[in-house]
Amino acid sequence: MNETRKTIYPLSERDPDNVRTATGLSLTDMTLDAVIKGKVTASDVAITPETLRLQAEVARSAGRDRLALNLERAAELARVPQEVLMSTYELLRPGRTESSHALRERARALREQFGAIQIAGFLEEAADAYDARGLFSRRY
Amino acid sequence: MSSSNRWRRFTEWEERPLGLDRFAVEDAENGFSVFKSPYDPEPAIEIEDGKLVSMDGRKLADFDIIDMFIARHHLDLDAAERAMGMESAAIARMLVDINVPRAELESLARGMTPAKLADVVSRLSALEIAFAYSKMRQRHAPGNQAHVTNAKDDPVQLAADAATAVALGFDEIETTMRVAGNAWSNALACTVGAAVGRGGVLFQCSIEEAEELQIGFAGFASYAETVSVYGTERAFIDGDDTPWSKAFLTAAYASRGIKARCTSGAAAELLMGFHEKRSLLYLEARCLCLQRAMGVQGTQNGGIDGAPLTASMAGGVRELMAENLLAVWLGLECASGNDTRISESEIRVGAKITPYLMAGSDLICSGFGSIKKYDNSFNASLFNGEEVEDYLALQRDFEVDGGLRPVSEDQILGLRVRATEALAAVLQELGLADVTQAMRSSVVFASGSDETASFSAGQASEISAKIKDHGLTALDVVKALAKQGFREEAENLIFMLRQRVSGDYLQTSAIIRDGRVMSAVNTPNDYQGPGTGYRMTPERWQQVRNIRGTLSRAAVLAAESTGRVDGHPPFRLQSTGPARQGNDPREVVIGVSPAFAERLHQTTAGHPLSDVIRTLTAGIEEGGGIARIVRILHTADTSFLGLTAAKLAGSGIGIGIQAKGTAVIHQADRLPHLNLELFSNAPLISLDHYRAFGRNAAGYARGERPEPVIVPVRGEALGARFHVRVALLYALETELVDPGAKPVDVVAEFGGASA
Repeated sequence: MNETRKTIYPLSERDPDNVRTATGLSLTDMTLDAVIKGKVTASDVAITPETLRLQAEVARSAGRDRLALNLERAAELARVPQEVLMSTYELLRPGRTESSHALRERARALREQFGAIQIAGFLEEAADAYDARGLFSRRY
Repeated sequence: MSSSNRWRRFTEWEERPLGLDRFAVEDAENGFSVFKSPYDPEPAIEIEDGKLVSMDGRKLADFDIIDMFIARHHLDLDAAERAMGMESAAIARMLVDINVPRAELESLARGMTPAKLADVVSRLSALEIAFAYSKMRQRHAPGNQAHVTNAKDDPVQLAADAATAVALGFDEIETTMRVAGNAWSNALACTVGAAVGRGGVLFQCSIEEAEELQIGFAGFASYAETVSVYGTERAFIDGDDTPWSKAFLTAAYASRGIKARCTSGAAAELLMGFHEKRSLLYLEARCLCLQRAMGVQGTQNGGIDGAPLTASMAGGVRELMAENLLAVWLGLECASGNDTRISESEIRVGAKITPYLMAGSDLICSGFGSIKKYDNSFNASLFNGEEVEDYLALQRDFEVDGGLRPVSEDQILGLRVRATEALAAVLQELGLADVTQAMRSSVVFASGSDETASFSAGQASEISAKIKDHGLTALDVVKALAKQGFREEAENLIFMLRQRVSGDYLQTSAIIRDGRVMSAVNTPNDYQGPGTGYRMTPERWQQVRNIRGTLSRAAVLAAESTGRVDGHPPFRLQSTGPARQGNDPREVVIGVSPAFAERLHQTTAGHPLSDVIRTLTAGIEEGGGIARIVRILHTADTSFLGLTAAKLAGSGIGIGIQAKGTAVIHQADRLPHLNLELFSNAPLISLDHYRAFGRNAAGYARGERPEPVIVPVRGEALGARFHVRVALLYALETELVDPGAKPVDVVAEFGGASA
C-alpha cells in the first residue's frame, strides 16, 4: 500500500486549493461572500469524482481497501443523475422485475454512458446472485 | 395490605420499575439463544486450488446471498488459511493483549468467517470485551450522537434543541419525524440550529432512502445511518433489500458527499421472524462481515431496535458488547447502540452505559435522547434529556470522556434565543412561515413540546412541502442567514458545505471538532496499554468535571461568614469565665463545640443555633431540669463533648452538641463511646427532636429511663447530600480546637437579650 497518500488527508486542511467543485471553484473560493454574490451554485456543493478517487487513495493507504472500493464506486456514481441513481437502486431491490434482464441492461447503460465499470460489474454480480437464489419474483 | 401467604418484599419488588421488565427463557429452537445455538455452524473453511469450496459448513452451491457477498467481498483467502487455522482461544487472548497491535488483529479478521469471529469473541468475559473494545475501536477520541426530535415536529423547537445538543458536545445529531412529510422542515430546522454556537456537527434526517438522499443532496444532511442489514437471507429480503442494493446505496450516499453507516443489531432477525434458529451473535457476525464487505465506513450496531429483546436474555448485554467488539475489530466505525432504552430500571440503564464510558467508543450512543423522552420520535433512548446530568456525573465519577460537557444556564439560554431567532429569520426570508415573538419565547424556556405554543405537526407539513417544492438548498439557507445578520451561523453552514466537497468526513470514524476533521485516518486509536491511547487533556477534564452542584470551600464558608442566619436576630454565646463544677442534681450541662455560634451558625438541617439552644433548654426545663451551657474548647468530637459536659453537670448528665447539629446525651461515669443517646444524622433532626432530647436528658438526671428519641431514617443518601458541606464545616471546628484549653461557662444572647 502507498502510505504516502495518507499525508494529503484531510484534504480540506492539507490541500484546500486542489479540491475543486464541479465548476472549478477551489475550497478556498467557497466563501460566504462568494455565496452571497451568487458565485457558488448548488452544483458546487457536491463532491467530484476526482475528489472521491483521492479519498479512495487515502482510504487504501490507511489499510482500508473495502472502503476504497466503495469510494471508487461512488466516484463512478458522482455524475449519475439522481433519478438514474434511484431507479438503479430500485432495480437492485428484491422482486422488482421478473428476470435479470433489466438489471443487466442497466449495468450496460451505466458502463457505456458514465464509464461506471466497477458499478456495472457490481450490478452483473448481483444479477447472477439473484438468478442463483431465485430473487426475480415480483413482490408487488 | 395484602393478607396473602407471601413475604411482602416480593410485592414491593414487583412494584419497582424493574418489575415492568420481562426476561426471556433461552430457547434456541425459537431463536432465543445468545452466544451459541445448536444450529450455529462450526467455524470452518475449505479452499482448493486457491478457490473457496465451503464456508462455515456450507458448500458454495448452497450459499445464500449473504454467504455469497461475504465470500466474495469480505473474505481474504490468503489471510484465511492462517486465521482459520489458529485456535480461537489464542486469538481471544490476542484481543486483550496490549502487545498485539490493532492492525495485526484487523488483518486476521479479514481471513475469518462469521462463525470463527463469533467463536473468538464468545470466549471473552464482559470485562475482557470492554477492554478489547478500548484497544480495537477506531478513532482516538470518543464521541457521541444525539437525537433531536419533538412530538409536534415543531421546527422552532428543533432549532433550539439542536443548538442545545451542539453545546452539550454531541458530534452528530439525528432527527426523525412524527409525520413523514415533515422531513424537509425537520432537516432545515436542525441544520439551522446546529449552526448556532460552535457548529461543525454532522447531521442526519432519518427517513426513507430516496427522500434521505434528496435531503442530503440539498445540503440538509451530512450523514445517513439507516442502511439496515440483516443476518439471514429472508430477513434481508423481507426488509426489501439485498447486500448489493445496500452496498449500492452506501456508494450512492458517498457519491453525494454524504457519510454513511449501516445499521444492524442482535435480535432484528428474531423480531422479523426469520432467525433460522441461529444465535444472536452468529447472525450479527454475518451482518458485520457483510458491512465490511460492502465497504461502508461504519456501523450503528449493538442491538439498536432489538436491544431490549437481547437484554431480556441471559447474557444479552454481554452479547451487545461482543457485537460492538466485532464491528471495530472488522475496522468499522462503531456507533455503539446505547440508544433504545433496554429497561425501566435506572440501575440497569446506568450499568449498561458504564463499560462504554470506560472503554470509549466512536459514538457512545447511536442516539442519546437530548430531548425529553416523550419528545423522542425514535422512542425513548437509554439516556434522555431528563438524565443528561446523570451522564455528566458518570463521566466525572470515572474520569472518562463520554463526549458531553456541562453547560451553564446563561449559555444555554443565549443559544436557544439565538437559534429560534435564526430559524425565524430563515423561515421569513425564504417565505416559509412567520414566527411570532410569543412562539419563540415559548420554545426558548420550554423543557419539552408539552410547554410550547409554536408550530403544530400540520403546520410543519406546510413548511416542509414548500421547502421541497421550491427546491431550496442549504445555499439558500446560508444566504438567508447572512442577509438577516446571522453571519456566524452562515459561516458555520458554509464550512460544513466545504467539508462535503472535500469528502474528508467520508473516511472511517470521521467527526468534526473545532473546525477540524478527526477520523481513524489522521487521529487513529493508538491504545497499547497504560499511558497510551486517549486521555483527556487537562482543559477537557476541567470542562468535564465542572458539573452543577459542586461546592467549593469558599462558597460553603461564605454562607457561614456573616455570623447570622437570615431572618433571625444575632445570636452569640458570651463567655463568663472558666466552667465551674455543678452541684445541683437537676443540672444538665449542654456542652457546645468550639465553632458553635462562633464560626458556624446553623445545623446541617438548617436550624439556627439559637433555636437549637432554645429548644434544648426548653426541653430540659420541661423535664424538670436546669440547663447550663458550657463551651468546650479541647475537642470537637461529639462523644467527648458529651462526656465533658456530663462531668461538669451537677446531675452527671450532659448533652454534647456540634455546630452541625450532631448531639449526644452522656453520663459522667460512662466510657466515652458508650453514650445514653445519640443524634447522628444531623440533617434529619427537627427542633422537636432537640426538645425531646433535652427532656430525656432531664429524665436521666432524675434517675429515670426515658424512651430514647428516635430520629427516623428513610434511607436517604445523607452522605451524598451533606458530606461535602460537613467535611468543610467540621474542619472549622477542628481548626478552633485547643487541646490545652479548659471549658468556659457561657450565656446565650438572643438578639441582645440574654437567656
